[in-house]
Amino acid sequence: MSNRTVVPFGPQHPVLPEPIHLDLVLEDELVVEAIPSIGFIHRGLEKLVEKKDFIEFVYVAERICGICSFIHGQTYCQGIEELMKIQVPDRALFLRTIWGEMSRIHSHTLWLGLMADAFGFESLFMHSWRIRERLLDIIEETTGGRVIFGSCKIGGVRRDINSEVLQRIQGELNQMEKEMKEIANVFIKDKSVKNRLVGIGVLSRSEALMLGAVGPMLRASGVSQDMRKLGYAAYKNVEFEPITSEDGDSYARCVVRIKEVFQSFDIIRQCIQKIPAGPVDIKVTGNPSGEFFSRTEQPRGEVVYYLKANGTKNLERMRVRTPTFSNIPSIVKVIPGSQLADIPVLLLTIDPCISCTER
Amino acid sequence: MIEDQKMLDINLTDLNTLIQTCFDELYRLVQIGCTKTGEGYEVNYSFDKNYKFVNYKIKLKSNEEEIPSITGIYWNAFLYENELHDLFGLKIKGINVDFQGKLYKLAQPFPFSCGPEIKIVEKKEEKKNEQ
Repeated sequence: MSNRTVVPFGPQHPVLPEPIHLDLVLEDELVVEAIPSIGFIHRGLEKLVEKKDFIEFVYVAERICGICSFIHGQTYCQGIEELMKIQVPDRALFLRTIWGEMSRIHSHTLWLGLMADAFGFESLFMHSWRIRERLLDIIEETTGGRVIFGSCKIGGVRRDINSEVLQRIQGELNQMEKEMKEIANVFIKDKSVKNRLVGIGVLSRSEALMLGAVGPMLRASGVSQDMRKLGYAAYKNVEFEPITSEDGDSYARCVVRIKEVFQSFDIIRQCIQKIPAGPVDIKVTGNPSGEFFSRTEQPRGEVVYYLKANGTKNLERMRVRTPTFSNIPSIVKVIPGSQLADIPVLLLTIDPCISCTER
Repeated sequence: MIEDQKMLDINLTDLNTLIQTCFDELYRLVQIGCTKTGEGYEVNYSFDKNYKFVNYKIKLKSNEEEIPSITGIYWNAFLYENELHDLFGLKIKGINVDFQGKLYKLAQPFPFSCGPEIKIVEKKEEKKNEQ
């Protein structure tokens, strides 16, 4: 047996500004064990629910994460709406879906750029973020924010998008889709990309299920599960099928995300065609009561908000289970057997977001 | 209604049998969470299979009651169980990867749920008593 060495990896990642630490046990260059360590940025946001009333807390929920900020707010709002039996206007549901899918494109193109940067493909990184930048301009135009949208509220949304702007957005998205195809071709076909991703960190279908993997991590292992199929917001009105791959390796996770970007373009297109006229919010009165698990599909996977209310303005409990929290065990299981040089790229394939994981 | 959710109250003694059944029937562990209810605690174990959501809830009179770890069945439960220990001071027996109260690396020791302001008052009182 070779000598065993423990290499501390992180909490600084070469390309990812997220603090996760791994103790990697090596035999020569081969990793034989990985012990994860998080907890550097726990902010106690769940505890804040005792001080902020249930309407104010939307602002806190949106700030749990900077990338899926909108979907955090949406998941919280739809949980409260469920407890209060609020019927949100259809137009608001379509707008939530449009902004939610924009968040997905934004998150996936950000991840693609980081991934390209991680394996040293700088031009691909720049092109991925160029597209993302154009999408951020659309988000800024329609919500007023580039990171925190601030457009979701209990009972609907704060802003409408008029039909002229929607048509223009449609045209811009069509153009972005064409450019995205060129980048996607490089990610899918380029030999140097394949060399770094194919066969790295294979997670089988049964492992993915039993380790609680979610999102692209789960679907890349052949499990067709996507919380959007629950039919929340306007997803019951659009046609789409979860994107899956059978290989379960890093390349499969990359391909799933690329295909999901195109799927998001398509869902936004369908929403723009089908969005009904009408109000975008309704007046909310009273306080919530009861308990509910609100589940949605973030770019990184299923997010769960547990809300427990007792009829007062402050919730009794608000708990968030983020997708990264659920994906950490899977990555810890697939790391053994990998080369040390592959770890930064492999860790990136779960698209970790530690700030929202620790809340 | 977005989805039907099954919420079931169970006894602590039935926990492992039920979790084993979930595992055998290929349910995915969605989350484990805790809520403080006065002096007691509620612990939720949530599962999903083909979008069917089931939640099992156990009620504890205090955090002195010991809960058996389910990491022998669902390996990935270790993060949730360490979190329950760190945030609520729950005693969980037999976690496969036990961070010993250091999952969250904060200046103050676990559990954090009683709030820093209470701990500061307690420390001040201790100092007074010493003087």
